[in-house]
Amino acid sequence: MLHYLLSRLLRAAVSIIMVVTFVFVVLRMSGDPAMVIMGADAPPEAIDAFRKAWGLDQPLWIQYFSFFEAIFSGELGRSMRDGRDVLSVVLERVPSTLALTVPAFLVNLVVGVPAGVYAALHRNSLIDRCVMVMAVTGFAVPSFILAMLLVLIFSVNLGWLPSAGQDSWLNAILPIATMGFGGAALLARFTRSAMLEVLGQPYIRTASAKGLPWSAVVWRHALQNAAIPTITIIGFMLGGLVAGAVVVESVFSWPGVGRLLVISVANRDLGVVQAIVLMIAITMVAANMIVDVLYGLVDPRMHGQARPARR
Amino acid sequence: MAFVEIQNLSVAFGRSPALRGINLAVERGEAVGLVGESGCGKSITWLAALGLLPSLATVRGSVRIDGTEILGAPKARLEPVRGGRIAMIFQDPAASLNPVHRIGRQIGEALGLHRGMTGERAKAEVIRLMDQVGIPDAKNRINAYPHELSGGQNQRVMIAMALAGQPELLVADEPTTALDVTIQAQILDLLTTLRRDTGMALVLISHDLGVVSETCSRIAVMYAGRIVEEAPSGQIFTHPNHPYTRGLMGALPPLSGARHRLVAIPGSVPEAAQMPQGCAFAPRCSAATGRCTEVDPVPLPLTQDHSAACIHARPYAQAGQPLHHHAATTRERAMQ
Amino acid sequence: MNAGTADLLEARDLARSYTVRRGLLGRPTLVRAVDGVSLTVARGETLGLVGESGCGKSTTARLVLGIEPTDTGSVTFDGGAMPRSGTAAWAHLRRRMQMVYQDPLAALDRRLTVGVQIAEPLDIHRIGTAAEREERVAAVMAEVGLQPHHAARHPQSLSGGQRQRAVIARALVTNPELLVCDEPISALDVSIQALVLNLLGDLQERLKMGMLFVSHDLRAVRQISQRVAVMYLGRIVEEGDPDAVLHDPAHPYTQALVSAIPHPGKTTTRVILQGDPPNPANRPTGCAFHPRCPVATPTCRTQAPELKPRRSDGRRVACHVAHGEAAAARAPASLETC
Ligand SMILES: Nc1ncnc2c1ncn2[C@@H]1O[C@H](COP(=O)(O)OP(=O)(O)OP(=O)(O)O)[C@@H](O)[C@H]1O
Ligand SMILES: Nc1ncnc2c1ncn2[C@@H]1O[C@H](COP(=O)(O)OP(=O)(O)OP(=O)(O)O)[C@@H](O)[C@H]1O
Ligand code: SF4
Ligand code: SF4
Ligand SMILES: [Mg+2]
Ligand SMILES: [Mg+2]
Repeated sequence: MLHYLLSRLLRAAVSIIMVVTFVFVVLRMSGDPAMVIMGADAPPEAIDAFRKAWGLDQPLWIQYFSFFEAIFSGELGRSMRDGRDVLSVVLERVPSTLALTVPAFLVNLVVGVPAGVYAALHRNSLIDRCVMVMAVTGFAVPSFILAMLLVLIFSVNLGWLPSAGQDSWLNAILPIATMGFGGAALLARFTRSAMLEVLGQPYIRTASAKGLPWSAVVWRHALQNAAIPTITIIGFMLGGLVAGAVVVESVFSWPGVGRLLVISVANRDLGVVQAIVLMIAITMVAANMIVDVLYGLVDPRMHGQARPARR
Repeated sequence: MAFVEIQNLSVAFGRSPALRGINLAVERGEAVGLVGESGCGKSITWLAALGLLPSLATVRGSVRIDGTEILGAPKARLEPVRGGRIAMIFQDPAASLNPVHRIGRQIGEALGLHRGMTGERAKAEVIRLMDQVGIPDAKNRINAYPHELSGGQNQRVMIAMALAGQPELLVADEPTTALDVTIQAQILDLLTTLRRDTGMALVLISHDLGVVSETCSRIAVMYAGRIVEEAPSGQIFTHPNHPYTRGLMGALPPLSGARHRLVAIPGSVPEAAQMPQGCAFAPRCSAATGRCTEVDPVPLPLTQDHSAACIHARPYAQAGQPLHHHAATTRERAMQ
Repeated sequence: MNAGTADLLEARDLARSYTVRRGLLGRPTLVRAVDGVSLTVARGETLGLVGESGCGKSTTARLVLGIEPTDTGSVTFDGGAMPRSGTAAWAHLRRRMQMVYQDPLAALDRRLTVGVQIAEPLDIHRIGTAAEREERVAAVMAEVGLQPHHAARHPQSLSGGQRQRAVIARALVTNPELLVCDEPISALDVSIQALVLNLLGDLQERLKMGMLFVSHDLRAVRQISQRVAVMYLGRIVEEGDPDAVLHDPAHPYTQALVSAIPHPGKTTTRVILQGDPPNPANRPTGCAFHPRCPVATPTCRTQAPELKPRRSDGRRVACHVAHGEAAAARAPASLETC
């Protein structure tokens, strides 16, 4: 088990380094921050001074290493815009984002999993078809379109809920609904197919042949097995939550990390962007690790082994 | 009235029939062997009887246990029968065990359901059952998962699980395919002892003619969804009557003497959706005549307790018994 | 590649243990599934592998194909060391060495039709055009007695024997040079068994295919093998010509095994093995068979017998008494029979 955890940790570290490197390179290739921030018509001396101040005059590889040095010393630099500490700029936005993502994730689980299980157990029933239609819609419609639709219906037409800002808890409802629905749809679809797959397995027939009532067959034998593939998808969703918040926060002008990212990219505020990307990468990798550990708990075949490559 | 009586059981998947009218009775304490071509419907027969087929299968006919119909019975009537009165050992043990549950728990489940045992008592009984089927180190192995056991050990877990409910009829579908002959012999002895001590009836589905002949008193041979021959096990080996049964006996690899090429029955089973007219075995039968493709043979008695569904089968005299007259006359009538 | 005389497969001193832990924190115990097995298979030859259930036959089969890593020991295939599983070199070799798994339902993917799964090795190794693959799949299905309409079925809607034939067809589709079969005919009726055994025999002759044939069916083993090895608790205890081993078994375990073969229409006298079946997590000292051996001597309790040729006829056997190194405690005639 220890060996297993250590190897996971190593892999996680490698993934994070790769993501950060990628971002580092892309950001530096796609335009000169000094020009963007100071304005193209700023005097050349001013731009040079800016470059010097931020270390942008150094060769790329030195920038790269000092960047990593900074990360490991917890010193992520200052925002190029207002000179504040990057970490505190980002961290002060985190509670807002959590206020959306945590409830949205709960909605994903509480709606998605039971809907999928129910649909599988009542295959081809009316409810199954409804779930499938919703699931396909939720999967196919991009979240910003869904967000607009919700705004159109509940804010513009009905006037029930506010469409932007962060004035009261009412503001959170539409963003949470947007993220919650999309994720629940995805999860319902996966849970349903995982469950159908399991219900057709010979050991389910064995359980029935023992004389177990159908409900016990489902609870004791089917759910745990169906959980194995479902956990993977839940892990993906967990990792994707912050990324999903980027779109939704922008549409609803919700002052969270996602919106900060959009603004910072537009401004070429390298320090902030890097910090946020690092954070997103860490959540994704952490989600992946949680999945691996859960896998080990749910599937005894995994004790002491790597996750199998499932076809 | 027999303990379990299957009458005219037929099963179809869509438009292709898998069973075409099975009639089989099992008395209390009796051991019946079921042999036949792979794919002829041996497993389906018992899955259908216990209502375990997928819903796309259409099942017709009647299955009675002590006179009570269980085919299409409501769940409340079926659940106590499953595992409690009729238990089944499935083919493919590794796939038939739940991969995420410990084997002790899987065996114990039946104890709770049918014998009201829980906790330490159930655990002790699980260990006893596992010992009984010869799983070494049962005390520790109750905590093992199926993937940690060998094929034969999983198969014995299946057997222990079926025995846990103390069934009145045990349907064992190829229960010893993964066991070496010494453990196989122990298991067969165990089943025979249980039968003698508790009056449990046994239906043994097997391809191993030696196994069925040693364990069962009566043998039914199936071909293409029907029973084509049925007789006491002694007679089926001394007087195999249906050409298919004779083909089976001839295909057995010998244990001594020169090795020669084995004789498989030529051809293959007709596709279910396109059963030929007349006898289903006719395209492969060396004794077939013109009439075989016209008349669909029904099982007819050859002696007191031997019947075969072949129009060319003849009644025969048994040692100490005259020619079975009743058999002869019914045959005559049927032939007309 | 190598000189024609070299064996196709050579395994030396294979060992494999599993650590079994009860619960996440439980005390780990070591299960020694395979404990020093050496074997060879030549081209065109079949080695039958028989033995008590749970003695490590399936594990040996997985080890020789490199499907599972060995703890110690080495495997040589066609003169070269077996590459590590998962590497490209190993994947490439898989085309030349195939396995028929013990539990067909577990070995097949229930989401794919069997036709697709039989074609899979051809697809993976990019053998032939689409049309040629289709033709090859149809041909191999016919050879194992499956009908064309079975190709479109999913494994769960086939009978046990039909599934087993699908697994055999999948293994044969690439015309492998080495075939490892783990109980390949256990779900087949004798007529189809005959068909499959004949087919395997023909392939051996035609393609010089080497085979490791694991089976509990001693008749089938005799029919198909040129040599047979008997395993007990992770080790080979006897090896020799099938007729010799089956008619004149030298090792007491083999004697019990042979006596238990059922014969249709007869009730036989068989040696019932006394004592508990062995526990690979707690191997007895000396000869692992001694707690159950009817002729065990005091030496047997302390010294492990070595697998070596018997002086009289060269039969390879691992037993002190069979080698005449220790006098039998009781005459074999007093074996308890029933
Ligand atoms: N779900 C299904 N859909 C369609 N056909 C099926 C299905 N299940 C079984 N069959 C067919 O029904 C026939 C009988 O199957 P069954 O499993 O009873 O055979 P069997 O006599 O047990 O054979 P074996 O000895 O090979 O296990 C087979 O030809 C099989 O292909
Ligand atoms: N993954 C595993 N974890 C723990 N123990 C295992 C594992 N796989 C196999 N074993 C143990 O190793 C031993 C050998 O198993 P193996 O499957 O090789 O036996 P086998 O000879 O093929 O038996 P059978 O004839 O019953 O199939 C058994 O005692 C089994 O319980
Ligand atoms: S009825 Fe005719 S074809 Fe059928 S088994 Fe008898 S002889 Fe053969
Ligand atoms: S070495 Fe001794 S205990 Fe082992 S098989 Fe031979 S006689 Fe029996
Ligand atoms: Mg079957
Ligand atoms: Mg095995």
